[in-house]
Amino acid sequence: MTQKPGAPSASLASPAAARSAPAANPLFEYVVRLGDDRLVLGHRLAEWCGHGPILEEDIALANIALDLTGQAAALLALAGEIEGAGRDEDALAYFRDETQFRNALITELPKGDFGFTIVRQFFFDAYSYLLWEALAGAKHAKLAALAAKSLKEDTYHLRHSGEWVRKLGDGTAESHARAQAAVDALWRFTAELFESDAVDLAVAKDGIAVDHGALAERWRAIVEPVLREATLTVPAAPGAAATGGRRGRHTEHLGHLLAEMQIVARSHPGAAW
Amino acid sequence: MSDSQWPLWEVFTQGDHGEPFEHAGSVHAADAEQAMQNARDVYARRGEAINLWVVPSTAIVASAPSDAGPFFDPGNDKAYRHPQFYKVPKGVKVF
Amino acid sequence: MTPNPALDAGEDPRVAAFEARIAAGESIEPKDWMPERYRKQLIRMMSQHAHSEVVGMLPEGNWITRAPSLRRKMSLIAKVQDEGGHGLYIYCGTETLGVDRQELVEQLLNGTAKYSSIFNYPTLSWADMGVIGWLVDGAAIVNQTILAKTSYGPYARAMIRICKEENFHKRQGYEIVATLAKGTPAQKAMVQDAVNRWWWPSLMMFGPSDTDSPNSGELLRWKVKRKTNDELRQRFVNLTIPQVQAVGLTVPDPDLRYDAATENWLFGPIDWAEFNEVIRGNGPCNKERLAARREAHEAGQWVREAATAYAAKHERRSTEAA
Repeated sequence: MTQKPGAPSASLASPAAARSAPAANPLFEYVVRLGDDRLVLGHRLAEWCGHGPILEEDIALANIALDLTGQAAALLALAGEIEGAGRDEDALAYFRDETQFRNALITELPKGDFGFTIVRQFFFDAYSYLLWEALAGAKHAKLAALAAKSLKEDTYHLRHSGEWVRKLGDGTAESHARAQAAVDALWRFTAELFESDAVDLAVAKDGIAVDHGALAERWRAIVEPVLREATLTVPAAPGAAATGGRRGRHTEHLGHLLAEMQIVARSHPGAAW
Repeated sequence: MSDSQWPLWEVFTQGDHGEPFEHAGSVHAADAEQAMQNARDVYARRGEAINLWVVPSTAIVASAPSDAGPFFDPGNDKAYRHPQFYKVPKGVKVF
Repeated sequence: MTPNPALDAGEDPRVAAFEARIAAGESIEPKDWMPERYRKQLIRMMSQHAHSEVVGMLPEGNWITRAPSLRRKMSLIAKVQDEGGHGLYIYCGTETLGVDRQELVEQLLNGTAKYSSIFNYPTLSWADMGVIGWLVDGAAIVNQTILAKTSYGPYARAMIRICKEENFHKRQGYEIVATLAKGTPAQKAMVQDAVNRWWWPSLMMFGPSDTDSPNSGELLRWKVKRKTNDELRQRFVNLTIPQVQAVGLTVPDPDLRYDAATENWLFGPIDWAEFNEVIRGNGPCNKERLAARREAHEAGQWVREAATAYAAKHERRSTEAA
């Protein structure tokens, strides 16, 4: 039996997190989550720039990193607007600490080998594609417009990563082993993408967000056939799913990522670039 | 297995609806789907194209330099193929 | 084609015909007959150019993860990506001369091919991203605008595409420089330091003085090159000094002065000993740059092989199904 990414997971959250008060502004919180996912994943992908396996793929990965960073900038700008406290996208990206970041853990893991990067993209792209599709109908004009634009980008991202999953899985013995190792390592990080908490529910009630849990089934309908076609094994339930990012409980990797990302901006507070 | 940079493909882009496809350059790719994706990422990243063709470079047949005279010079002295060759009575609009 | 230096030297009537075509301003296409020297010189020059673009991704790529705003981060990714694209266009142009990209890549990795010495200098602050775009890309544009009229068709066509894209590089670089120059004292010091470090290497980008440039004569005669190294260098300095002054910065040259008679900005002597050391592999980052390229190439081998194996399997399957 395979683990259902949407199913309730053995949470690693501390009891304190469960007791914490609901977010003051759920819509701000929700849009920051969307923005942080793409900011952090775009950052990881951009680490490939100049180091890809072949020139054409270097250029392809940079395109996707640009799309994700662009989505992040637009989402964080929107979040700043919703918050109304004068923070713009750069204030949110560069002047929050790691416990204030709301990205899913899967996005912050180090880039690994090309197989790890591709499988992570594939898992995220399939989720993001479904999410944008649903949010394109959100009762929030700006978010809906952003979703419609991002949906086009992610449709291509999914085509790109899906094609690579097939090539790596059904390529050589080495590429198959590497792709399978990536699938196995990343599988337990996928459940977090489909969690719904008070923030999601509050925003969904207003007809803005969607129930992420409802996307899980459709995600599996995209992901599993491609894995099988790629001659890869869909993992069985691996025990405790990794989660916590939406509440600011991250892996050890995010702090290092942010230290690097924020160093210049924070060394010159108030400076314009 | 020996390493390679993958086979070469020629990329043709159509800039706008109704325009002809023009040669934009080449990409390396292992198969047609990848050639299409790489062509998109390399030659359409500034919105230069609305359609793409990719063709294995080995499938392109080019005229040889030695053909230049026999192939193209005879086309240069057939004035009767051009509309300007024909006189039209003054004041008549043919088109 | 059978290389025959004796024939190439002028006895072969094809050489005279070839040179007449060049003199008439015609462009040479891949299947046209060409002297073996012309082909060799082009392969050398184009592959060096392509390698430079690809190695050039590294010094700037070094700052992508630290770009201080999201807008700057996106511009920088797009710029470094463009360098990769330019390398790709020129490699493809070189391949029309009958050489495989695999072979060219190997020449870069085993150290037998050269690339622009500028990329062997380290990028030490964010200001370097501005100064590289402004000075290094600015110098490249001066070179490439002329190369767009080179006699070899595929090279010229690649250059036209590249020149269109490079203009964004220079503008984004100068915008960063101008922003820092009117920023905080720390930012201004940062950008002046970057200009101090990149100025002379940028002038060296045009190559040795014509009197010491072994390939210049032949390349000019065949219109592969259209201007001498010194002419291009002077043009670059004349273009750049007013831009330096406009943002209140200086260049590290006590001899710099305007000569009203020639309308040139005259500059002091270039340290060719440094240039030659960097060319010989003893620049500050030669080893790091090549090591990074090798690492990417080696780490990518299983990926390239996987795609090849997949394509072979699926072609076989579709043939069997048919």
